[in-house]
Amino acid sequence: MLKTFRGGIHPPYNKDLTKHKPVETAKLPDRVIIPMSQHVGAPCEPIVKVGDLVKKGQKIGEARAFVSAPIHASISGKVTAVEPRPHPGGGMVMSVVIESDGKDELFEGINAPKPLAELSPDEIKNLIRESGIVGMGGAGFPTQVKLSPPPGKTIDTIIVNGAECEPYLTADHRLMVERPDDVVLGLEAIMKATGVKNGYIAIEENKPDAIEAIRKAIQAKDGIELVELATKYPQGGEKQLINAVTGREVPSGGLPMDVHVIVDNAGTCAAIANAIKTGMPLVERIATVTGTAVNEPKNLLIRIGTPFSEIIEQCGGFKGEAGKVIMGGPMMGLAQSVLDVPAIKGTSGILVLAKNDVVLSEQSPCIRCARCVDACPIHLLPTTLGKFAERGMWTEAEEYHALDCIECGCCAYVCPAHIPLTQLIRLAKNHIMAAKKK
Amino acid sequence: MGEYKFITTSSPHIHSGESVQRIMFNVAGALMLPAAAGIYFFGLRALVLIIITTLAAVLTEAIFQKLRGKPITVWDGSAVVTGILLALNLPPGLPLWMAVVGAAIAISLGKQVYGGIGMNPFNPALIGRVFLMITFPVQMTTWINPVDGTTGATPLQIMKMQGVSTDYIKLFLGNIGGSLGETSAFMIILGGLYLLYKGYIEWRIPGFYLGTVAILSVVLGRDPIFELLSGGLMLGAFFMATDMVTSPISRLGKIIFGIGAGIFTVIIRFYGGYPEGVSFSILLMNAFTPVINRYTVPRIYGEVKVR
Repeated sequence: MLKTFRGGIHPPYNKDLTKHKPVETAKLPDRVIIPMSQHVGAPCEPIVKVGDLVKKGQKIGEARAFVSAPIHASISGKVTAVEPRPHPGGGMVMSVVIESDGKDELFEGINAPKPLAELSPDEIKNLIRESGIVGMGGAGFPTQVKLSPPPGKTIDTIIVNGAECEPYLTADHRLMVERPDDVVLGLEAIMKATGVKNGYIAIEENKPDAIEAIRKAIQAKDGIELVELATKYPQGGEKQLINAVTGREVPSGGLPMDVHVIVDNAGTCAAIANAIKTGMPLVERIATVTGTAVNEPKNLLIRIGTPFSEIIEQCGGFKGEAGKVIMGGPMMGLAQSVLDVPAIKGTSGILVLAKNDVVLSEQSPCIRCARCVDACPIHLLPTTLGKFAERGMWTEAEEYHALDCIECGCCAYVCPAHIPLTQLIRLAKNHIMAAKKK
Repeated sequence: MGEYKFITTSSPHIHSGESVQRIMFNVAGALMLPAAAGIYFFGLRALVLIIITTLAAVLTEAIFQKLRGKPITVWDGSAVVTGILLALNLPPGLPLWMAVVGAAIAISLGKQVYGGIGMNPFNPALIGRVFLMITFPVQMTTWINPVDGTTGATPLQIMKMQGVSTDYIKLFLGNIGGSLGETSAFMIILGGLYLLYKGYIEWRIPGFYLGTVAILSVVLGRDPIFELLSGGLMLGAFFMATDMVTSPISRLGKIIFGIGAGIFTVIIRFYGGYPEGVSFSILLMNAFTPVINRYTVPRIYGEVKVR
């Protein structure tokens, strides 16, 4: 039986554009723009200055806070600027700009550590931290912090998120097909670091080749199980995934560790495996470059900091008129206004929608059809929350659990009246949070 | 890559393509099935009644919106649905001008005074029907016998007055006296199944409504099959109680709504002065809908049960 959750939607997946295309290594960029904030938590402090020569893998941003992750140079070359630059997450963020010397030289400090069997849990956690590894599904939470629960919180289950439920994206899919052993090694490292005996790798059933590859890779492994999930959005949402795999519910306002679970993305596991095998910190990732307005959709292995413009150019540029450039998938991704923003650790994809595919419908009154109620994977009443938000009734919105909204977009996707419910609830959340801070 | 201006609206960036208009015209399309049965049994007169009533509803909506200085939105199809529904709830031989009055009342008093689509607490078609029942009680209870075109009684009236049941097959197919579109259970169920299949109605309201009537009929010693197939119950359960605007939004709320409508229908039919109680039952439950919504807020994912 396929595991799943209640609610959710079945959007057209459009993964055929790239799901059979092996990952291609992108050409070495001439220039990278590396933001000092690519994760949840405190931004890094740049530790290089203009004129410095840096090499691939060299640390250029120091993480001083606990909830943070250091940042490394993704190419070798000369630092030409340390200044605020446009960030794909919005706004201007302090960034280190490196002009390539074309040599792609490795930093001397990069050495393969001991094999996993000889590493202690603390050594693994330290390696993960020093390698700058963060959640690569998009949220970018520092992985080492997740693996270090506060005293009193016990973990008994690790889930690798290979659902990849966002339409269009196939980066995790290709990773699991092409490097299943890395995904498994990463999971083993997490299990060892946390002393947990139960590991699951959960994949939506629409990726049979990834399921097969992972099944083979875990054959001789103890304590690791494959979970086949129903294909439904947002199956890869952390809360939905935990519910589908374990039957547990993360308490409202709580974290997965409150139900003794840690969830890590398949890409994150592969990054951990890479660090264990080579000592290389996180300086590159697989991103799906796709959409109706890209000439040659691809899965590309890109260096962190490569500008979107260069990445799109390598995929044949725009096809026709591009209406929207999105970092991430179509349900939760962020629309970009300029193309000189760089790919960051959480850039799972770059989606370009043709102008004709961009939905800009006029809103009409709610007819209380309750489609949003049926679609909400948190079982909220989006229509009610939307009405509260429209009227500025923030207290009522909070009573109706606005803060539990995961902003998956299902409500707005199904709304026949084209009410921007997700946006309205996000607005309510912002107001409630702002009021709490006072 | 040149200067590009990109659209930067918020996520989600894709949409299901569903629209209010598509929902309304699908409902209108499904209503064509019972309408066709009505035309078959009661003749062209029925077709004229449907057309006139629908036109009157659409026109009233347009005039009202024009007077209020609002954009005219008759193309959303909601007034069409109200018009057809009202016609299906009228005696086939009703004078046309009365039907026009009913349609005008349905749209104006039933919908536009509350602010238009989505704002009305009561099903507009039923407001129109009840207005006509109160205003023109004789004409509204003059039924045509589909077999010979003479006036006669409905199966529910015959049951109430004489305690005589009607043949199930006739009830199911619809060659009996009654409102234009309520007599053919077969065609109504067909239309209802289409809407269920398309996801435009939800099974809980008709399911629990019909189930409650059936169970209470058995408990109270009546014939459940006769009760289900006669009167406006089928049409009401599939096409009026399921009206999105005026029924609850949560699953539990829909169940309560269906059960409540069933109880009221049985009370009015078995113990009330009227032979039929579907319209009043649905309107009563419409009135309860805000309260039901308030008390059936679903337990959310991860909600800790402390209260």
